[in-house]
Amino acid sequence: MRDLMPDMPSRLEISDLAIERKGRVLLDVPRLSLDGPGPTLILGPNGAGKSLLLRCLHGLIQADRGRVLQDGLDLTADHKARQAMVFQQPVLLRRSVAANLDFVLKRKRLGRAARKARIADLLAEGGLDGKARQSARSLSGGEAQRLAILRALALDPETLFLDEPTSALDPTATQAIEAMILRASARGVRIVMVTHDVGQARRLAADIVMMQGGRVVEHGTARQVLEAPKCQASRQYLAGWLVT
Amino acid sequence: MQNFASEFSRATQLVLTGDPDLWAIVVLSLQVSVCAVLISAVIGMPVGAALAVARFPGRRALIILMNALMGFPPVVVGLLVYLMLSRSGPLGVLELLYTPTAMIIAQTVLVTPIIAALTRQVVELLAEEYSEQLRSLGVSRLASVPTLLWDARLALVTALLAGFGRAIAEVGAVIIVGGNINHVTRVMTTTIALETSKGNLALALALGAILIGIAVAVNAMVSALTLRAEQEGLRHA
Repeated sequence: MRDLMPDMPSRLEISDLAIERKGRVLLDVPRLSLDGPGPTLILGPNGAGKSLLLRCLHGLIQADRGRVLQDGLDLTADHKARQAMVFQQPVLLRRSVAANLDFVLKRKRLGRAARKARIADLLAEGGLDGKARQSARSLSGGEAQRLAILRALALDPETLFLDEPTSALDPTATQAIEAMILRASARGVRIVMVTHDVGQARRLAADIVMMQGGRVVEHGTARQVLEAPKCQASRQYLAGWLVT
Repeated sequence: MQNFASEFSRATQLVLTGDPDLWAIVVLSLQVSVCAVLISAVIGMPVGAALAVARFPGRRALIILMNALMGFPPVVVGLLVYLMLSRSGPLGVLELLYTPTAMIIAQTVLVTPIIAALTRQVVELLAEEYSEQLRSLGVSRLASVPTLLWDARLALVTALLAGFGRAIAEVGAVIIVGGNINHVTRVMTTTIALETSKGNLALALALGAILIGIAVAVNAMVSALTLRAEQEGLRHA
């Protein structure tokens, strides 16, 4: 399907997904389908289950019950290999910037010349040219997160999950990362991103998933959710109330 | 007092004039300890890293045992290795007793738990940090071991140096299995013990000064590596 329609992102679906711990519902999503053309942003207060949902979609956490489907099929190792995730705190290997990218490209069994060319392309994409030999751990917060995104993109993922990638960054660094996310989305990568920032949702989202208490309380197009939220929790959150 | 002064003067002379007997002892000591540390690294690092990432019943007990072995009394290690290598022991046929090889074996037994325990500690902390990211990149738990060892390299060099410090300063085990034979198994620590008892303080002092110099150099290297790790934000505490 993706070969026939290269610009159409893969479709993610959730069916009856649930996680409980000590009798408390952490996640309960009977049905969710992410099949729109642009980035999906997941919004909600702390403890709403946003990051947990992201980890379930990526297969990092096994739910107590339910299914995650990609393009109509249960998530397999092959699917997972075509997904990537960027975390709130970028986890960079204690190596140079280029070696962080090379680590992923080696796993793709690319030859030395192909890897070198790809690294140059990626560094240019993330505005990190000239920093190839610098220790990745000495990058600024924004640069480090850009490198984490580049490393994820080096996998050529069909789906890119981002867990609050700009929460600790200033507006300039945020802007650079949002531009990278939009470029990846334009290339057909499905973007699923968690954020607390309503402004960011306005700038990036094609559709928005609102969560509260482990449940999806609303899912719709960005325009629909931002301008005419259907549920009370969404209205309060978007109005800036301290929703818990 | 005058005697001590003349002993110090002779000791200095021994070091500065490159006394062949003294330097033969120093070289043998370094050879034995470096060999023991390298063998311990080959055994201890993968074991420590595997214990850091693997999850199996009895893992906790193994970690406690390994940590306990770090403080194993050297004379007891010497005795156990002696029993293994003695003529009537299971490895007696190899005729290794009172050879530098026996001393390497004893030091390896002493140093391996230190390197394995420190490796486990360092790699476990790093594995916690890397776990989700490596899984996300499709790296399995076992396949993550080389990545973790490589990324913990600075801390692991510190572990190696700590092991070397223990080996080079060791006296109890090597005197039992080496026998302190002149020009064969006499190392710095055993020579210091023997020469002091004989009243030959000059040689003991010269070797003591070199041993202290080595200890200071090792600690300086550990500090430099730790500082570098801190500066590059590599330290994981």
